[in-house]
Amino acid sequence: MTENKQGMTDQVVLRVEDLHKAYGENQVLRGVSLSIRRGETKVVIGPSGTGKSTLLRCINQLTVPDSGRVWLGEIEATSREADINRIRAQIGFVFQSFNLFTHLNALENVRIGPMKVRGMSKEEATKLAMEELDRVGLGDKAEAYPAELSGGQQQRVSIARALAMSPLLILFDEPTSALDPELIGEVLSVMIALAREGMTMLVVSHEMGFARSVADEIIFMEHGVIVEQGPPAQLFSASKEPRTREFLHKITELYGDQG
Amino acid sequence: MSVILGSIGPLIVKGVPTTILMTLGLLGTGLLLGFPIAFAQVYGYRPLRWFCRAYEQTFRGIPALVLILLFHSGLARSFHILLPAFTSALIALGLRSSAYQSQIFRGAIQAISQGQMMAARSIGMSKFQAIRHIILPQAFRLSIPPWSNEFSSVLKDTSLASAIGVVELAKEGTLIMTRIQYALGAEWILIIWIVVALIYLVLTYAGNRSLAFLEDRVRIPGFEIRGRVER
Repeated sequence: MTENKQGMTDQVVLRVEDLHKAYGENQVLRGVSLSIRRGETKVVIGPSGTGKSTLLRCINQLTVPDSGRVWLGEIEATSREADINRIRAQIGFVFQSFNLFTHLNALENVRIGPMKVRGMSKEEATKLAMEELDRVGLGDKAEAYPAELSGGQQQRVSIARALAMSPLLILFDEPTSALDPELIGEVLSVMIALAREGMTMLVVSHEMGFARSVADEIIFMEHGVIVEQGPPAQLFSASKEPRTREFLHKITELYGDQG
Repeated sequence: MSVILGSIGPLIVKGVPTTILMTLGLLGTGLLLGFPIAFAQVYGYRPLRWFCRAYEQTFRGIPALVLILLFHSGLARSFHILLPAFTSALIALGLRSSAYQSQIFRGAIQAISQGQMMAARSIGMSKFQAIRHIILPQAFRLSIPPWSNEFSSVLKDTSLASAIGVVELAKEGTLIMTRIQYALGAEWILIIWIVVALIYLVLTYAGNRSLAFLEDRVRIPGFEIRGRVER
């Protein structure tokens, strides 16, 4: 897709095997398997209530799956012996509702992970945090508190917070769904830049423009299973499943095709 | 007149320091126990949650005066544990305050969005780290306004310690009253109690102003502006 992805190895960063999760009677995930190689970006789409967010949360164990396995590189995250805090530290998570720490300013939000989890000194962590804020274009907002930032800015800070942990991959849970239309672009361009720099990303989003321009693969989920997956071009022009075509048609109508 | 001034002297010199010292002791005890109880109630494992709930319900369900008598006279008569009156009052009212304060802090913790804990865990913080660095500082801020209520109650409840002979502000008032009515006549009693009441009022006001100042100092920029109705 892009030149700098060509040099990447075939190393599998994330492997998900047959995940199941139910909330009472409600089977949210009914056997989901997928894998992502280093530098890949995959976009998960599907109707609401299909288990997309649950899938992401099961990957970093914020939600514990009923069965199935998750591997981060060679380490099994679902194993009882696994140090879940160490594993999570390597998986970035970007929330739909940002979830910035409200009592900390932008710089402190980004710095706290490296300091408290990675054990960096304050000076080192501050330097790193400033670099990450610059990377998302918010170096000048370091002193601002979340309540003083727009939604788009908050989401970019939360991306910087994830980046500061030097994650192996980042999970994005509908990162632009809570944003006003005019703020979506600034978040998407940060994400597009990340994808092009070779960050490994699993993104739940209906932003088809984003998916078309950087996704290596689109995964269509419905009723807790993956219905179809493939490169965007293939899914858009030659989808095998009628449900996929129907859904793609519907969201391109709703969200537009550009992004 | 000199009798009056000579009487008010001890109120200020002896009564006020005891009242202040006891208030600080009670708030401190309540804080030290109340915060862990609140966190245990929200984040603890089930047996711990039950224990804390039973504790908090017990100490909120018994009148302050009964607690004082139970810890002082009750223990002394049955087990020959004779604690100094000040200590008995401190324990009884301190445990009581910890129960009340725990519910203030529990409310504050539960007012913090679940997303804060999730985000903290998502960057690899342990539950303890998340509580320490993310939840606690926010809960602390949210606690200040309701905590100023508890401060006001505790300050005034110290007067109940007079029942077991702690010479604090109210007890000092009683002692002076007895002296003064023989020296000057019964009509002066009112003056003494007005002075006592004013001293409590001033202490409560000063404490609440300090807490309001603290609240302002730790305010999160931009946080209070949301949804403000201007007219």
